[in-house]
Amino acid sequence: MTMLAPIAPGLWTDEAEPRLIGGRRGDGEIVFPVPSGDAATLVEPVALSRCGTLWSWTTQGFEPKEPYSGPQPFQPFLIGYVELPGEVIVETRIVDAAPADLAIGMPMTFAVVAFDDRRSTYAFRPERQP
Amino acid sequence: MNDDVYIIGAGIHPFGRTDGRSGRDQGVFAVREALKDAGIEWGDVEFAYGGSAAAGSADIMVNELGLTSVPFINVSNGCATGGSALAAARNAVAAGACEIALAVGFDKHPRGAFNAKPAEYGLPDWYGETGMMLTTQFFALKIQRYMALHGISRRTLGLVAEKAFRNGTLCDHAWRRSPVDLDTILNAPMVNDPLTKYMFCSPAEGAVALVLASGKKVRELGADAIRIASVAFRTRPEGSFEVFAPSISVNGGGKPTQIASRAAFEMAGIGPADVDVAQLQDTESGAEIMHMAENGFCADGDQEEWFANGWSEIGGRLPINTDGGCLACGEPIGASGLRQVYENTVQLRGRGGDRQVPNDPRVGYSHVYGAPGLSAVAILER
Repeated sequence: MTMLAPIAPGLWTDEAEPRLIGGRRGDGEIVFPVPSGDAATLVEPVALSRCGTLWSWTTQGFEPKEPYSGPQPFQPFLIGYVELPGEVIVETRIVDAAPADLAIGMPMTFAVVAFDDRRSTYAFRPERQP
Repeated sequence: MNDDVYIIGAGIHPFGRTDGRSGRDQGVFAVREALKDAGIEWGDVEFAYGGSAAAGSADIMVNELGLTSVPFINVSNGCATGGSALAAARNAVAAGACEIALAVGFDKHPRGAFNAKPAEYGLPDWYGETGMMLTTQFFALKIQRYMALHGISRRTLGLVAEKAFRNGTLCDHAWRRSPVDLDTILNAPMVNDPLTKYMFCSPAEGAVALVLASGKKVRELGADAIRIASVAFRTRPEGSFEVFAPSISVNGGGKPTQIASRAAFEMAGIGPADVDVAQLQDTESGAEIMHMAENGFCADGDQEEWFANGWSEIGGRLPINTDGGCLACGEPIGASGLRQVYENTVQLRGRGGDRQVPNDPRVGYSHVYGAPGLSAVAILER
């Protein structure tokens, strides 16, 4: 994993257990990602929770057109939204799961995963049962 | 000032694929049809609004239609291009700036899903690179959660598509003219779970033009006129869940469709129970289901019973998407919202032929939704 470059800077923290970085607006509302340009001055960066619940999910069975730049040949993947309680609902890849494993409301944990052989991206996976 | 504004002419170029004819030429075709229907000449049009998302500027059409010096404003407003042109044309007549105005929308898209560019939506490149910037995903994610919360079955998703294709067989401007049975729809390849191939509309081609006029002109011409009771167009409110959203508020929020719908009903002075025929944005099967509730026609979850009983069929208590909607007609973005208004005009005039809603419908309701979270509603009254 250490060989991979993040798909973009500033999406998650650089620590042993990385966390997504959101932006807290003046009214308390948290957005993800931190906005760029002039809007960035209006938010305060905040590290988000690593744990949440599945808000919705779907499969991506066909290869998206550009600007998608995933590995070749195309591998179908899962995406969804994970609700980080009291913070924000983030759109994310879902890894280590099949559609049959997924149920809205199930606990999910944050992960940084390989996107292709050069880059990493963020994802959530079903929380491992103890 | 003109208190009331009417549609006196409606023209359409068949939707689908027309190789060898540009999107704009399809627009010119629709304008000529609308003029013929209204019984007027191009030179009678005093103001024009129009546009496309992917087929160029509308005002160039004067080359074919005639160089009459008509003021022609290009509208470029994504999925609301047609709705915006209609709202602007209506306002021009209502303001008394003219007695006759034109609204036209046309388009011609390449095959396959739309590929949006992140920067055009104010989003970072990684959002597109990682494969999260697809409109189809949004609709799947929205209906997946809706089904879990409100008990909508996959079978009902299939029934929406089955109805669309059945209505399309009765409609001469539809693209898909063959019925597709429920099993085929449900067992087709999955595009984005829970939506199969037959549950999604496809980008397409087509054009629609509407001629609008004041009451004074209607009387002068003795036109077969349909009154525009209201047009409301709204962008998204705080906390809503829309297409191309890397994050959503945990606090929830309103929906642009609900807001536009309420404004349109208020302006028209009527409610959902007064509507006789409705055209609702059906980008995919789930959208029609959710938009039935967002537009106030039923409570969340009641759609299961509606489809079990065929209440939204032609001949049902509220016929919905009588021309097969986006599912059977395809979605040329600039023309799609105006197609709904065209279909309601046809229905209220009693010219629907095999797909005519029975019992002389008086009120037609149309609703378009699109990226990045906007909605336009038009209510017509005979």
